[in-house]
Amino acid sequence: MIRAGRLCRGLGRPRPLPLPAGGSAPRSRQLRTGLPQRRDLFRDLEKEVVKFQKKLKESLPGSDWDPLGTTKGLPPERADVVIVGGGVMGWSVAYWLKALEPRRDALRVVVIEKDPMYSQASTVLSAGGIRQQFSLPENIQMSLYSAFFLRTINEHLGVVNEPPIDIQFNPSGYLFLASENGAAVLEENVHIQRAEGAEVCLLSPAQLKKKYPWINTNDVAVASYGLENEGWFDPWSLLTAFRRKAMSMGVFQCFGEVTSFTISSREIMMPEGELTFSRINYVRVHMPNSLEYQPVECSLVVNAAGPWSQKLAEMAGVGIGPPDTQEGIKLPVEPRKRYIFVWHCPDGPGLDCPMLVDTTQAYFRREGTGGNYLGGLSPPEEEEPDIQDLEVDHNFFQEKIWPHLAHRVPVFKSLKVKSAWAGYYDYNTFDQNAVLGPHPLVENMLFITGFSGHGLQLSPAAGRAVAELILKGKFMTINMEKFSFNRFVSGEQVLERNII
Amino acid sequence: MAAPRALQECRAFPRLLGARRPYSSAPCPDPLKGGILRYLCNRFYDIEYLVGWCAKLRYRNLRRKNAYYGYTKEIYGDNVAAAYFVLSNRGRVRFQGQETWFCVDWRGKYSSDFLQLRDVPVVAIDLSGSVLNYNGLDNLVKLTALRSLDLSRCPHVDDWTLSRLHVFKDSLEELSLAGCPQVTERGLACLHQLEHLRRLDLSHLPSVPTPGLIQILVEEMLPQCEVVGLAPDSGAQTSRDGREEPGVPSGARRAGEIPA
Ligand SMILES: Cc1cc2nc3c(=O)[nH]c(=O)nc-3n(C[C@H](O)[C@H](O)[C@H](O)COP(=O)(O)OP(=O)(O)OC[C@H]3O[C@@H](n4cnc5c(N)ncnc54)[C@H](O)[C@@H]3O)c2cc1C
Repeated sequence: MIRAGRLCRGLGRPRPLPLPAGGSAPRSRQLRTGLPQRRDLFRDLEKEVVKFQKKLKESLPGSDWDPLGTTKGLPPERADVVIVGGGVMGWSVAYWLKALEPRRDALRVVVIEKDPMYSQASTVLSAGGIRQQFSLPENIQMSLYSAFFLRTINEHLGVVNEPPIDIQFNPSGYLFLASENGAAVLEENVHIQRAEGAEVCLLSPAQLKKKYPWINTNDVAVASYGLENEGWFDPWSLLTAFRRKAMSMGVFQCFGEVTSFTISSREIMMPEGELTFSRINYVRVHMPNSLEYQPVECSLVVNAAGPWSQKLAEMAGVGIGPPDTQEGIKLPVEPRKRYIFVWHCPDGPGLDCPMLVDTTQAYFRREGTGGNYLGGLSPPEEEEPDIQDLEVDHNFFQEKIWPHLAHRVPVFKSLKVKSAWAGYYDYNTFDQNAVLGPHPLVENMLFITGFSGHGLQLSPAAGRAVAELILKGKFMTINMEKFSFNRFVSGEQVLERNII
Repeated sequence: MAAPRALQECRAFPRLLGARRPYSSAPCPDPLKGGILRYLCNRFYDIEYLVGWCAKLRYRNLRRKNAYYGYTKEIYGDNVAAAYFVLSNRGRVRFQGQETWFCVDWRGKYSSDFLQLRDVPVVAIDLSGSVLNYNGLDNLVKLTALRSLDLSRCPHVDDWTLSRLHVFKDSLEELSLAGCPQVTERGLACLHQLEHLRRLDLSHLPSVPTPGLIQILVEEMLPQCEVVGLAPDSGAQTSRDGREEPGVPSGARRAGEIPA
């Protein structure tokens, strides 16, 4: 039994295979004299089994049907699209690929996620906000599309015979405050937002005070408030809805970690010099808690690994060439730790409390109706916390956030922090905006990452854009050429002013 | 496509039929509703497709009934288009300076007199029990003089719909959301925009988890407004006197409609 097992494992990939019935020789036989002959017989049998397996496989070219069974949970051996990262971006792309594919089961899509508990994924650790108050028209359009998608989510993601989806949307709006210095920029942003069709209104300090008497408007010059399609929702519900629908449409889910790619590359002389173009042929997926791995042959890889997407890109050779060359340009997306604190304040702002973004960029919102609030603040560039783990620095609240809160909302002078957590932003250090579309040199890797803290809300639109790129070859709904990787090569920033 | 799958599953049929026997001792949670349809859907692409298609048809129908009356609006203006929309959804509508409501008779017919009232603003709309949803509001958002809006017992009015009512913030005084199954406290929170609201009927909202607390919070948010119906003690009384309007032929209204 043991020997046969070892032999089978040597066949190609290391996976324990169940044995054919003939392989189970009782131990007691070893004492008999006829042992050597039997050994030969078994050796022959094992060889025959190998031959038989090979023949079976050859008789069915292009299929990964395995006559001898497989370990549960392994990804298929071949797939058209492998999506690395099972966060909201990954599942959104998977759903849209299935929704837009020309006929049923035209594509085989696999989503690979390393952590079945989603303990570090930013999707489930986010604040869940959705807003149209961006400065870049593309972001506003994406957010408007996402709001439409979330509103009609049951038409898109409803599964036959399953209860309807409730993402628990709180349509309470975002309220941005600007001081004297920021007033002009805020007003300009609101003009852009209105031109794109967002319902945003400007409030003077007096109007603000009348509407929200609990705000201290002393150093506020102007405020903007999103009237429609803004607020917050439950990230888990959206992720599960995407996942459930995509799986019901035939997407494979696999828990395992992508550790390397098998790449073929060739050098081509271009006007700007010799460039190395490469293709990913196999994605190597390691199964959790075991030494097993499976190479998945694929034609496209979608990098939806969120904060870890730079690491994944490096596995495909992005950014490991000599500096100053195209091969040396890294994907500028890195994990940045951000805290969210939950506090209790019995006399705090009431039901009308919006997602408030202070002049200092500190933000908070109501959490439920029990007098709980939730908020955070991005630290300045030079004080970025260590990203080794997701430990929370409670001093950060006391020293950096609370003074701002207490200044803006005087009742917050007395509050009690109840809990806190940290998550990683998929932070684009180049221009704090998304990276969408293929890599110029690694031809079959597509990015959908770098959202820098507003990815959750853009996921329906961004996933659709990438699926369109894969299936139609170009963006159909919203043109997002701006977000391509090429801007890191040319050095042109696509700046977003409203990053929280 | 379903054929091989169907063949393969033929053997499972006796089990399926077994599950349907009413006196079966096996624990079978509501076989007719969840069980059989789910079973068939899981096993036959065709049936799954059919059920999915039915759902799509329902959504299409809903969209059709909430369509934007752009053509009417172009010819007759916002008020008439809104009235037309309301009447086609078996609601009723009152114009400024008029005592009587325009309403539909029991066959769903209505007189077209309202077409004459081009420039008279609509002040009250009763869409109770209709299929109005977020999209249907497209037809109403231009009514700047709307003072009373009754959306009670509308199954498709949800929090998204409520978030759009801010357009009436300068005029709306009376709003009823009684018996809307999808309305939750999350949507009620955005009614703070309606500064002129005097009366808000929130009785029988099954999706609001803690009516007592929410009543207090809503009252706090809308200090000048009388909020009725959320807390259990006031619920019964308001649902009766909630919609007493002058000149309503209440008996003839909406006959043939399923009472909520
Ligand atoms: C504190 C905080 C607050 C936020 N607030 C908001 C907000 O209010 N509104 C908003 O829109 N957005 C917000 N965001 C941002 C938003 O959460 C992210 O932009 C979004 O979730 C990104 O989704 P993703 O799928 O790309 O990444 P993730 O959800 O992080 O998913 C990536 C997944 O890839 C997996 N993975 C990584 N490497 C591998 C590998 N090698 N093999 C297999 N799997 C791998 C990881 O396990 C992970 O599950 C917030 C983020 C944080 C941290």
